[in-house]
Amino acid sequence: MVERLITTALAVLLLALSPLHPAAAKEAEAVAADPVLEARVMQLATELRCLVCQNQTIADSHADLAVDLRKQIREQLAQGRSEDQIRDYMTARYGDFVLYKPPFKPTTALLWVGPPLLLAGALIGLFLMLRARQRASPDAFEPDAPDTPEELADGSPARTPR
Amino acid sequence: MIPEIGHLCLFLALAVALAQGVLPLVGAQRGQASWMVLARPLAHWQGLFVAIAFVLLSASFVRNDFSVLYVASNSNSALPLPYRMAAVWGGHEGSLLLWVLMLNLWSVAVARFSARLPLPFAARILAVMGLVSVGFLLFMLLTSNPFDRLIPAAADGRDLNPLLQDPGMVIHPPMLYMGYVGFSVAFAFAIAALLGGNLDAAWARWTRPWTTAAWVFLTFGIGLGSWWAYNELGWGGWWFWDPVENASFMPWLAGTALIHSLAVSEKRGGFKVWTVWLAIVAFSLSLLGTFLVRSGVLSSVHAFATDPRRGLFILGFLVVVIGSSLALFAWRAPKVGLGQRFGLLSRESLLLANNMMLAAACGAVLLGTLYPLFIDALGMGKISVGPPYFDAVFALLMAPLVFVMGIGPLTRWKQDEAAPLVKRLAPALVIALVAALGVGAWAGRITLLTTGGLLMAFWIVASLAVDLKDKLLPAGSSFRQVGHRAGQIPLAMWGMLAAHLGVAAFAFGVAMVKTYETERDVKMGPGDSTEIAGYRFKMTGLREVPGPNYAAMQGTIEVSRGDRVIATLLPEKRIYRVQSNPMTEAAVDSNPLRDLYISMGESLPTGEWIVRVQYKPFIVWIWGGCLMMMAGGVLAMSDRRYRVKKAATAAARDREATA
Amino acid sequence: MNRYLLPLFGFLVLAGFLAFGLKLDPHEVPSPLIDKPAPAFSAAKLSQPDQRVTLGDLKGKAWVLNVWASWCAPCRDEHPLWVAYAKNSPVPIYGLNYKDKNEAGAAWLRQLGNPYAESLTDPDGRIGIDYGVYGVPETFVIDSQGVVRLKHTGPITPAVLRDEIDPLLKRLSQHG
Repeated sequence: MVERLITTALAVLLLALSPLHPAAAKEAEAVAADPVLEARVMQLATELRCLVCQNQTIADSHADLAVDLRKQIREQLAQGRSEDQIRDYMTARYGDFVLYKPPFKPTTALLWVGPPLLLAGALIGLFLMLRARQRASPDAFEPDAPDTPEELADGSPARTPR
Repeated sequence: MIPEIGHLCLFLALAVALAQGVLPLVGAQRGQASWMVLARPLAHWQGLFVAIAFVLLSASFVRNDFSVLYVASNSNSALPLPYRMAAVWGGHEGSLLLWVLMLNLWSVAVARFSARLPLPFAARILAVMGLVSVGFLLFMLLTSNPFDRLIPAAADGRDLNPLLQDPGMVIHPPMLYMGYVGFSVAFAFAIAALLGGNLDAAWARWTRPWTTAAWVFLTFGIGLGSWWAYNELGWGGWWFWDPVENASFMPWLAGTALIHSLAVSEKRGGFKVWTVWLAIVAFSLSLLGTFLVRSGVLSSVHAFATDPRRGLFILGFLVVVIGSSLALFAWRAPKVGLGQRFGLLSRESLLLANNMMLAAACGAVLLGTLYPLFIDALGMGKISVGPPYFDAVFALLMAPLVFVMGIGPLTRWKQDEAAPLVKRLAPALVIALVAALGVGAWAGRITLLTTGGLLMAFWIVASLAVDLKDKLLPAGSSFRQVGHRAGQIPLAMWGMLAAHLGVAAFAFGVAMVKTYETERDVKMGPGDSTEIAGYRFKMTGLREVPGPNYAAMQGTIEVSRGDRVIATLLPEKRIYRVQSNPMTEAAVDSNPLRDLYISMGESLPTGEWIVRVQYKPFIVWIWGGCLMMMAGGVLAMSDRRYRVKKAATAAARDREATA
Repeated sequence: MNRYLLPLFGFLVLAGFLAFGLKLDPHEVPSPLIDKPAPAFSAAKLSQPDQRVTLGDLKGKAWVLNVWASWCAPCRDEHPLWVAYAKNSPVPIYGLNYKDKNEAGAAWLRQLGNPYAESLTDPDGRIGIDYGVYGVPETFVIDSQGVVRLKHTGPITPAVLRDEIDPLLKRLSQHG
């Protein structure tokens, strides 16, 4: 009799404690219904500018317009449109300003061509400077100073005498 | 009363700065020692007045004196004390005063540590710094007075922007300004040398520690800004190529070129024209940054409240300072010599390549930052230039630079031969490539861009390893001599090693994070859990937590790996009472291998919250790399001073002996 | 010429651009719709939600589209100007109640006056996105062919009304 009472009490106790059992805690639901689609939405959103913010992407912004535009992107991607088509959609309404990666056009040609030109210019400038130095007469230069102690300590492999 | 005294101090500082800027300069031109010696005491007096003004402004903040307009706009009685003090530089006017304070700190330092400089030279340097100070003090007094009164006084202040209420805010601007303003010293040295007509190796030796110090501060300031943005903005980003960020990065690039150029000028008397030009450019970029942030020409999250009148004043100041220095440069540069000879393949030529490429990178950042303005000004529409552009361009320009970085330290001065270099470095390149591919394979995915980034990092490490091995264990030596050889390596070389390793660490962190980071947005209530990258995140609690000047919703998230709980994180969503914009306070669990980043998004009608969980591998290596670069700079600076001091004491001993 | 003068010249050109830049507003986004056909729409009337208006219904006469919302503070500032202007306006003014609730919008108009021939509702902001709206209030002028001729972002001022909008409207209503 007492045993039955104890067993019942234990059963009741276990039942009462079960909500705290780890198995009852649930796996958090993803916010996005489709994480793969969402990843594409966010990737595109990081390239688009939030127009009401001070220099933020529509991926990071909490502004209403940003939320609305993300929704637009999601719907259009779900409908099967491509990223390029959506970019065109945005620029048709907001202009090139909305793209953080400026399109390659006559007006932005200098922007895109500039850095490679700068690099090429740097290398050409380097070449020209070195060549001018090679051709300059020896009096244009200061006399060769002997190696300083720190240069020798630099540990460069011993020079082979010329 | 206190603000009025502060205001008066600014006037007095202006008067002293004017004297400091003019008298020693004229004295140096005319050879009048009596005017030249005025430079040091005037610098001290100006410093004193500016310091008093700064202290008085801080006092107004601490005392919650809302009759001062600037205090009422940027503070609040509920604002905790450390942030009330940091609020001094939270707005435009106060940050200008911080700028001038930093300028005076550097001036006084130069005044104190310049005993060994020839008098005309020191006089000119302090005069140039005085003139820069005149510009900023005038700007403050005419357009941006931090001591303006608000009548009637506000009952309470508008509070400091919640984004700025973070420990990082307390040190980031001062460190950044120490860097920016520090380049004014190199600038002053350059102008003084151009005026005096003597650009010799001694000039380079004197300029070097000051420039390296400024560079160290700027590295710290930029790295800190990035780290702070990461922790504070709540979305896990750490660099956005925002115009104001670029405004601090450009002087850094120019400054890096400058410290390398100074090395050649000091050792070989070469690159003098380059060095002087870079000194002018680095400080000019600092000034340009000041203009961009405060004039309203560019849209930025960092921009101060803008006013075209202020913009016009700074622009005028810019034209006067930069225009006259470039004019002076154009006049004097042709007369500067070429220095010593060096061969086509030598450390000098590779450092020259380094300079050209850093200049190209700086130019590219400038182009991207100002391009929208150019297009708009020409009436050709409005465009935006953001991270997709800068990331691609910068990576393109860094690649050849990093390649040269590996070769340079191993190349001899004056002249070297290609064949032995190739022989020493080819294995390094192969090892670097194997390592890059290996890491990619271990992480689970190999991509072209990632391999490129990792290759850059490993190439630097491998080439430094080759260099170190050749120095510590040259052919035919024994292990026992390693310690002795290590002691013989100058501190400057250890500095270079640390700094370059810092670049490698930085590149490694960037490559790993950008490729392998993952994130997940989930709806969480108490008891819910989710998983990414082998870590389980369980929300065990959700409660309201009041703060001194905000109310917050705080989640308790237990992080476990396998069956072991490794951390409990407390992300918050705060609503600050005065400014009432919600702030995301992310919670981060950090270790050298990865960061786990949790932030709360919005609350849902069900009572659950949208929580974003991010896994960021190796991200701390980015800021660790910055710290290593700083350490390298500090080591390089220590080398200098130690030897000079030793020489000075040795010289003193000799004098005593012969007396 | 001394080639060391190049940096100085480069800088002066840069300074010129920066000076010009001080007059520009980096936040203002020009509309790509100017001189292009106005985007089509179909919207419910605010006063009679079961009736709809389309872009085609409005062709044949120039008209003004003013985007407003009851939650928008600057709209409150510009509204009296429209109420006054509507009395003598050469063309009809249509309102677009942007991302608002019908009751709130109607109440706002009752309280502040109704200058609109009709107000159309855009509860989810779709029409707004199509027109490139990024901040209320905004005002469009569309001609009788349905081509967008002007866009003004932000509240209108008496100067803008007098110097830009009114002359344009008068021109359009004369020539069609």
